[in-house]
Amino acid sequence: MLSMISKRLLLVIPNLIGVVIVTFLLTRALPGDPAAYFAGPAATKEAIEQVRKQLGLDKPLVIQFGDYVTDLAKGNLGNSLTTGQPVLTEIKNRLPASAELTLFGLVLSMAIAVPLGILAAVKQGSWIDHTCRVVATAGVSLPVFFTGLLLVYVFYYLLGWSPAPLGRLDVFSSAPPQITGFYLIDSLLTGNVETFRAALSQLLLPGLTLCIFALAPIARMTRASMLAVLASDFVRTARASGLSNSTVILTYAFRNAMLPVITTLGMVFSFLLGANVLVEKVFAWPGIGSYAVEALISSDFAPVQGFVLTMAILYVALNLIIDVLYGLIDPRVRLEA
Amino acid sequence: MTETAAVLSPPAPSKQQSNSLLRHARYVVSENPVTGLAFALFLLIAIAALIGPSIVPYDPLASDTVAALKAPSLKHWFGTDQLGRDIFSRVVVATRLDFVIALTSVALVFALGGLAGIASGFFGGWTDRIVGRISDTIMAFPLFVLAMGIVAALGNTVTNIVIATAIINFPLYVRVARAEANVRRDAGFVQAARLSGNGDFRILLMHILPNIMPIMMVQISLTMGYAILNAAGLSFIGLGVRPPTPEWGIMVAEGAGNIISGEWWIALFPGAALMLAVFCFNLLGDGLRDLVDPQRRT
Repeated sequence: MLSMISKRLLLVIPNLIGVVIVTFLLTRALPGDPAAYFAGPAATKEAIEQVRKQLGLDKPLVIQFGDYVTDLAKGNLGNSLTTGQPVLTEIKNRLPASAELTLFGLVLSMAIAVPLGILAAVKQGSWIDHTCRVVATAGVSLPVFFTGLLLVYVFYYLLGWSPAPLGRLDVFSSAPPQITGFYLIDSLLTGNVETFRAALSQLLLPGLTLCIFALAPIARMTRASMLAVLASDFVRTARASGLSNSTVILTYAFRNAMLPVITTLGMVFSFLLGANVLVEKVFAWPGIGSYAVEALISSDFAPVQGFVLTMAILYVALNLIIDVLYGLIDPRVRLEA
Repeated sequence: MTETAAVLSPPAPSKQQSNSLLRHARYVVSENPVTGLAFALFLLIAIAALIGPSIVPYDPLASDTVAALKAPSLKHWFGTDQLGRDIFSRVVVATRLDFVIALTSVALVFALGGLAGIASGFFGGWTDRIVGRISDTIMAFPLFVLAMGIVAALGNTVTNIVIATAIINFPLYVRVARAEANVRRDAGFVQAARLSGNGDFRILLMHILPNIMPIMMVQISLTMGYAILNAAGLSFIGLGVRPPTPEWGIMVAEGAGNIISGEWWIALFPGAALMLAVFCFNLLGDGLRDLVDPQRRT
């Protein structure tokens, strides 16, 4: 097991190198002159040259890359032009909001999609199967920002069930003390049920938006892999040995069918992390996605680059965790390593 | 895989074969009426993209403050927005821009990713390693996030949206083209072409490429939907297309603020148009796959 993990860790290195090279190129290969940009529109030629020296832009590209990597190793992602704050601090402060939203959406969609996929496979051709197919096709076609707005219209404007889509808490509640940064967990840990309810009611709609988005690939994959497993020999043998239907499906088929689903989670995360940006914009969610969008609009590049790098590193880490998890569940992967 | 290779191996279909293909197409459509529906939708989108600007009842940019924020009516089918612009006209006119963005980015990635994929499947070795490394690096990013970064770095224009959308689709095309070219590398017709004295590049372009076209067409249709979604998402967060240009993503963004005060029509119609377009291309892709690759039918 340990050798499998270390081998997988080695595979992460070229990925990370690629990510760092790409983000470096995104910072330095800008068309136009970054020095002129940073010096401002009214700067003289000498001032621009001075800024160029200051930023190290007069050095060869390879040395600039070395400086960039050294900065990264020190955790220096530069400062935001508009707020003047270091990018790393802002991203650190905002990351829990994004993580809570994404994980909540994922858990919610797993809780719906996996049973739906299993039922669709077990009762192939029934109405559940058709529902599953419609959900899977419609889910991939829905623009996530559009789903979010529709949910806001129905549940906030028409029904009045949910609070205004403005951030993690309404104005009457105060944030729970920072323990994990996840409001749901922190408020429960401090026993503050009021805050928990307020945070949950704010989280529900954006979470549901992400859930609908992630539903399609998970349900489709669960159904397909469950169908394949149900047709396999060991399930037939289990049935022939007289095991009850629920034992066959839950113990024999389900466990084996989950393996491909876990692999798809990597792809689902790629979509979710992207969709997260749009959902944060719709619900004014104070996460790193809306931070990047605000910076983009005011042409403030350091936060955008920090955001892209953070997301890429997170995504590489998530894929690593998924692979390790796969090894834990499937002994064959461990033996091969 | 080998069976599909055998089915598809003759590079140029004769008249009789195209007849049987037509019959097969009719069979697939009658078997799955949804594909027919998708095709009808596609025609509708194509017509709107081609002649949309000349058939709409109002100027999509003309504001009319007297008629601002009117609900859908016979006069304004989809209602009017904050500036009194007719939303129906704007939705129809926007079709061309969204369609062109998606089409050019897909054409670009087909040219780059398709060729890189064929070359890496055919030559293997270093070509394969380099192309694979590039794809892996792109795949290491959450794709929409990478697209945001690219547009931010290259500059906030429509052209760069096209480039960013093409780049994030690159690995998909490489994977499909590589697998298909790899299967055909030593196929009979390739060996025959080689024996007749054709060079590697000629074989790639004249023999292998036409052969994997059907499967690439499926990929094109499936990624068209994704490309439209991606471009609309980027313009929703304020990248690329600038107001007052009518474009579906930006129109949804313009209507977003009005949702909470009950003016649903501003965001709903462009959003629905977007959804239908993506839905259409996804269904069309599935239908095309049934047509060219019956083994992978779902």
